[in-house]
Amino acid sequence: MAVMTYREALNEALREEMARDPDVFLMGEEVAEYDGAYKVSKGLLAEFGEQRVVDSPISELGFTGLGVGAAMAGLRPVIEFMTFNFAFLAIDQVINSAAKMYYMSEGQFPMPIVFRGPTGAALQLSAQHSQACETYYSHAPGCKVVTPGTPADAKGLLKAAIRDNDPVAFMEGELLYNFKGEVPDDDDFVIPLGVADLKHEGGDVSIITHGKMIHVALQAAQKLEKEGIHADVLDLRTIRPLDMDAILETVQKTNRAVYLEEGWPYAGTGAQIVSMIQEEAFDHLDAPIIRVTQADVPMPYAKNLEMLAKPSANHVIEAVNRVLYR
Amino acid sequence: MAETKTKTKAKEKSAKKNDPLGQHGISGELALDLMRDMLLYRRFEEKAEEAYAIGKIGGFCHLHIGQEAAAAGSIKPLRRDDYVMSAYREHTQALAKGVHPNAVMAELYGRKDGASGGKGGSMHIFDAECRFMGGHGIVGGQVPLATGIGWKIKYKGEDTVSLVFMGDAAVNQGGFHEALNMAAVWQLPCIFVVENNEYGMGTAFSRVSRTDMATKSTPHGIPAHSVDGQDVLATYAFFRDLADKVRQGAGPQFVDLQTYRFRGHSMSDPVSGTYRSVEEVEQAKHERDPIAILRDVLMKAGLLDQATLEDMDAEARELSAEAADFADASPLPGPEALYTNVWAEINPNGRLFFDGRPESEEAS
Repeated sequence: MAVMTYREALNEALREEMARDPDVFLMGEEVAEYDGAYKVSKGLLAEFGEQRVVDSPISELGFTGLGVGAAMAGLRPVIEFMTFNFAFLAIDQVINSAAKMYYMSEGQFPMPIVFRGPTGAALQLSAQHSQACETYYSHAPGCKVVTPGTPADAKGLLKAAIRDNDPVAFMEGELLYNFKGEVPDDDDFVIPLGVADLKHEGGDVSIITHGKMIHVALQAAQKLEKEGIHADVLDLRTIRPLDMDAILETVQKTNRAVYLEEGWPYAGTGAQIVSMIQEEAFDHLDAPIIRVTQADVPMPYAKNLEMLAKPSANHVIEAVNRVLYR
Repeated sequence: MAETKTKTKAKEKSAKKNDPLGQHGISGELALDLMRDMLLYRRFEEKAEEAYAIGKIGGFCHLHIGQEAAAAGSIKPLRRDDYVMSAYREHTQALAKGVHPNAVMAELYGRKDGASGGKGGSMHIFDAECRFMGGHGIVGGQVPLATGIGWKIKYKGEDTVSLVFMGDAAVNQGGFHEALNMAAVWQLPCIFVVENNEYGMGTAFSRVSRTDMATKSTPHGIPAHSVDGQDVLATYAFFRDLADKVRQGAGPQFVDLQTYRFRGHSMSDPVSGTYRSVEEVEQAKHERDPIAILRDVLMKAGLLDQATLEDMDAEARELSAEAADFADASPLPGPEALYTNVWAEINPNGRLFFDGRPESEEAS
């Protein structure tokens, strides 16, 4: 096991997959000469050349569509969004073209393309640069959604996403790029899509979450340990495909659940999961499931307000206490 | 001396004018083929119109009647391995690229044997084998896609071209300009063709653009060409030469292919509507019918007589009727088709369908 940052893990995944398959190329704003806005693509231009590591103009709709067309014609593009906040300009091409192409052509045009970049809030970037975007993508049949929270997951899941034959929105955490963790040395370390990971084990309550919120959940779980409450922290890792078996397993074990997500509550990922749990494990529940989300407001700039808006470990602990009727 | 030279040139020019086939380097045989193609497109679309009227075809349906030369003249000179992509007025373009009329009609009917298995419909005709890359329903959305196909051609060092059609309204979309800019920056083998029929739905182009069509690629450094898209010989010769140039590395090109739609925007739009006069449409039909224009040329050249034309027309009607019969006889897609081809890869773990229906569980 090597210890590396989330950023380095993503970089390794890209490097290995580009070396493995000459049809894989990376395109996006500042990915080549600048080494990536967040340095995820550092060194790739030197290694693979300008045909495969491509600085695009600031034209999200345009280069996303270009990637989709290239995938139709048989390449395997990795399209980087500097952040998913900018990908709203491109979402027509993701939903209307990429996610539907295979279906509306009755299987004639598979769409092996990855759209990747950071999602969610960083620090004081205010409303237009601080939003969790996964729900927009997971809503559409035909689009897979992956949200790694650790360096190992980042590497193994990115490799799986690039090898997958469907469009994948691969959503990273801006505040995770410097986060360090152990990553297996294996060149062929691939984590299959659709497998959740129990990041912390306990029997009293299930905290289910995805993406960088796993760290908030783990923080809450550690605090709760001190109070004698043992929580399962289940990291979904991929939202679509969704490891419902793992969700049911933890809920059936603890009978109480909290869903934690970085995005807004209305029709969020948590809304979907809660609906499914009540349909499929109603008799196992001892309490209503509570969701912890961002405050239902655009992200404010002022530091104190931003802190209030973001879901925190304390919010999670409050929710856990409610489902435990404490 | 100089005077004689000028006179000779003028004579040659007038001789060429009197011999459009020679002028364009098109053989009589090819010209007759183009006539057959255009007759098929016309009769095919009329058949679709009929089928729509009796409820055999549903949804939106955009006919290409009046624009036959634009399809035949631009696609017929291409190779089978060249890529063609279009918007949603694409039935005849699919035919021109080699998709079988039966498969196109069956798609309009929403049947299993349709080009897209009945799941795409009128606006989403695909044929990977013919490299007909669809049928796209969002105005201008296909322009970046075709640019991506151009990217693949260059990436793989192939000598094919990516030709994409759009309506005149598409040039006001941001994606059009983003795509042209990228095609120019990377010198991609793309031919951007505006089928300029003067109206985006019911809005005259002049009402939504301060500048002429031929200027739209100028900011991006892409050469623009204006072509009379009702003259199939001129259109054919132009695209034959242009595709060769692009194949040899001339970079992206922009074509204002001037044409006119003889029917409404879609089936719900009367032919003239509120946005153009009956007189305007009648005049266009009288003066700018691409089939009549070619007929006159061929008859004048002694290559076609009325009886032969009628035979050719009967053949086109027959093929269209056969396509309709084929479509009618083709089964509806089975209910299992609802869940097939949503995902190219069903991951062994995790759920991909969320509707809770047993059929979807079976599909994954």
